[in-house]
Amino acid sequence: MIAIESGGALLLIALMALVTLLTRLGGVLLMSFVPMGRRVEGFINAMAGSVLVAVLVPVAVKADAAGQLALLSTAVLMLLYRRPMLAIAAGILVAAVVRAV
Amino acid sequence: MSDHTAPELSLAVFRQGFWRLLPISLFVAVFGAAFGLAAAQAGLPGREILLMSATVFAGTAQFAALEMWGTEVPVLPLLATTFAINARMLLMGATLYPWMSRLPPGRRYASLVVLSDANWAMNLNDLQSGRNALGALVGGGFALWLTWLAGTLAGMVFGSAITDPQALGVDMVMGCFMLSMVLAGRRTSRTVLAWVVGGMAAYAAYRWLPENSHVLVGALAGGLVGALWLEDKA
Repeated sequence: MIAIESGGALLLIALMALVTLLTRLGGVLLMSFVPMGRRVEGFINAMAGSVLVAVLVPVAVKADAAGQLALLSTAVLMLLYRRPMLAIAAGILVAAVVRAV
Repeated sequence: MSDHTAPELSLAVFRQGFWRLLPISLFVAVFGAAFGLAAAQAGLPGREILLMSATVFAGTAQFAALEMWGTEVPVLPLLATTFAINARMLLMGATLYPWMSRLPPGRRYASLVVLSDANWAMNLNDLQSGRNALGALVGGGFALWLTWLAGTLAGMVFGSAITDPQALGVDMVMGCFMLSMVLAGRRTSRTVLAWVVGGMAAYAAYRWLPENSHVLVGALAGGLVGALWLEDKA
């Protein structure tokens, strides 16, 4: 336990910032010790999209019906037109409209 | 990856990245405002709130920290939670390694200081589609940092004026953005299988494993697909 009085809070914030910075730099740093081969490269490339999907799963599960419709609209528009800004705007609009009615 | 030149990191690509990420950054500012308000209500003094947003710059971890904030704060649980929530950035950084390794170490690690979900996703798309530049990561990261900080300040000052962001659909912005980045990428039966396996593993981890483990589990499961099913030699 650290008391937040007399500079304790600043110390806590500094420690949080340090841990977060290590996660930002650590991925590239750790990979520099891994010899690159076809399997490692295949792993990294497949992991890239999977990180996004894994971040999205609880978002989609926790969302209300309006939120899920928003994600669906974004997905459909992306598959049709491949225009991210259009697809995102449509998704947000859907969520806002469905929640308003 | 036939091209082995270092990714471009000039003022021009920095500016481009800044403007490309600015629209999504404006939504990030809304979350910043929500954080500023919540932190002020939790009793943090203004300079500490701003300092946290400026140096930690990781929304979910900052919200989680507020839950533990009191007159005394448990250090190890705070840092463990911060690490668990932000561990996904280890994976994001790792996916950039094939390109980042061509930069001299100083520029390589300096570019990663503003690594965050949205700018990483956009920059990875750029690199995979042959745009060999780090503008989205660095310039876009600066846009996100600036709006996160500005949003925090706005939340502290005008907190009570914020209407329900959920009614405006703002809570879905990041989800829709990430989804559009998944689908903007190159799709092969191999990557789609990796998404499906990764998604199912993430769901299982979300349901049954400790909190915040889903990204790690899903990403590693998806990565295994890529390690086992190799791309045809180009």
